Amino acid sequence: MKTIAYFPGCALKDQARADETGTLGALARLGYEIREIPRWNCCGTVFSLVQDDLMRHVGPVRNLLRVQAMEEEKVLTLCAMCYGTLARSAHFVEDPERLRRINAFLDPDAYQGGVEVIHLLTLLRDEVGYERLAAETRRPLNGLRVAPYYGCVLLRPRPFAVDDPDSPAAMERVVEALGGTAVPFPERTECCGTHLTVTRKDVVEERVGRILRSARGGGADALVVTCPLCHFNLEERRPAGTPDLPVLYLGQLLAWAMGEDDPGVASLVGRAAVSSEAVR
Amino acid sequence: MASELRLSRAGLEAPFARRVEELSGENPYACYQCGKCSAGCPFADHMDALPNQVLRLVQLGDESALSLSAPWVCASCHACGVRCPKGVDIARTMEALRVLALRKGITPAPVRPDRPYPQIALIGAYRKLTP
Ligand code: SF4
Ligand code: SF4
Repeated sequence: MKTIAYFPGCALKDQARADETGTLGALARLGYEIREIPRWNCCGTVFSLVQDDLMRHVGPVRNLLRVQAMEEEKVLTLCAMCYGTLARSAHFVEDPERLRRINAFLDPDAYQGGVEVIHLLTLLRDEVGYERLAAETRRPLNGLRVAPYYGCVLLRPRPFAVDDPDSPAAMERVVEALGGTAVPFPERTECCGTHLTVTRKDVVEERVGRILRSARGGGADALVVTCPLCHFNLEERRPAGTPDLPVLYLGQLLAWAMGEDDPGVASLVGRAAVSSEAVR
Repeated sequence: MASELRLSRAGLEAPFARRVEELSGENPYACYQCGKCSAGCPFADHMDALPNQVLRLVQLGDESALSLSAPWVCASCHACGVRCPKGVDIARTMEALRVLALRKGITPAPVRPDRPYPQIALIGAYRKLTP
């Protein structure tokens, strides 16, 4: 067993609860002992982009401090938004003066820096590896045509990209390792509209319609995502006439392939299979 | 002998542009208005000024940029920033404009969520509305 610190964030404990259960089960099968950070707090969901706004970095850095207290060097996120805020905050406090000022808020504790933030996708690519994923697959996807949708946060801005921002390949490789057929499509790196879902539902609907039509145009039977907010938008903000493509979280696909029993995933894969008849 | 020709930003910079630069960390005068950002912005159709036009207003020191809807439609997706040939991360400029507008009391129309949303959406949306 290999231990790894884990930051769940709010979505995985609430609306995306099902994503967490299956993913952690699959990771246990892959030999990971997941250590959830005690007393974790909200990452803030969006990284503050102005220069004079230190206060908003205190929350994410406090989480890094807790990873440090666990004597772990790395922290795993399942949510792309959490990855974005935590990874960018970790980088932000690489500057000693900023670190000193943030630590003044965290007194008497002090974050020393150096915690690495990773996402499920990079764990699968860099630590587990595609070969091992393929070898451990118990319930292969039988050529199910899955379109990986990256969205923004894992690819932009550039210093925090987990893959080539213009032409990523990691999720396609994971899908193939699990026995599926990866379907690339033009909109796979274009934003879904994120939290505009609250303020500008119309805008998000237009985006979601485009993304799903683009994936269907490429011949996909299902979409796979790395972010619970993309997941919500792609399911709940479909304009009339949008193709009925099921959306799976990356960990759900993994859980299915690793043989985890999750009725939610079974029904999603079933929905995809109905449209493709690829899974038997 | 021809005399030396020197070009400089000095004296041409608008104080408003300087303030936006200070807050965003992005130099608005680096932009040469090629429009690549606007061509690739997935939200441009919903904006009252294109991302490059927003930057042009900032370059000109035109504070009407603070009353545009464009910065509020911007989803901070950073598609423009990874493509800009001059390395301008416009998402940061947009955030600086939102923050400046809020600090000056120029706020967008109030938001009344019509149903329960996942926290991740609510926190993201409301953080954008707090200076
Ligand atoms: S892509 Fe860059 S240089 Fe071109 S208009 Fe946009 S901000 Fe200016
Ligand atoms: S960051 Fe904003 S301006 Fe830039 S491409 Fe995305 S939505 Fe458009």
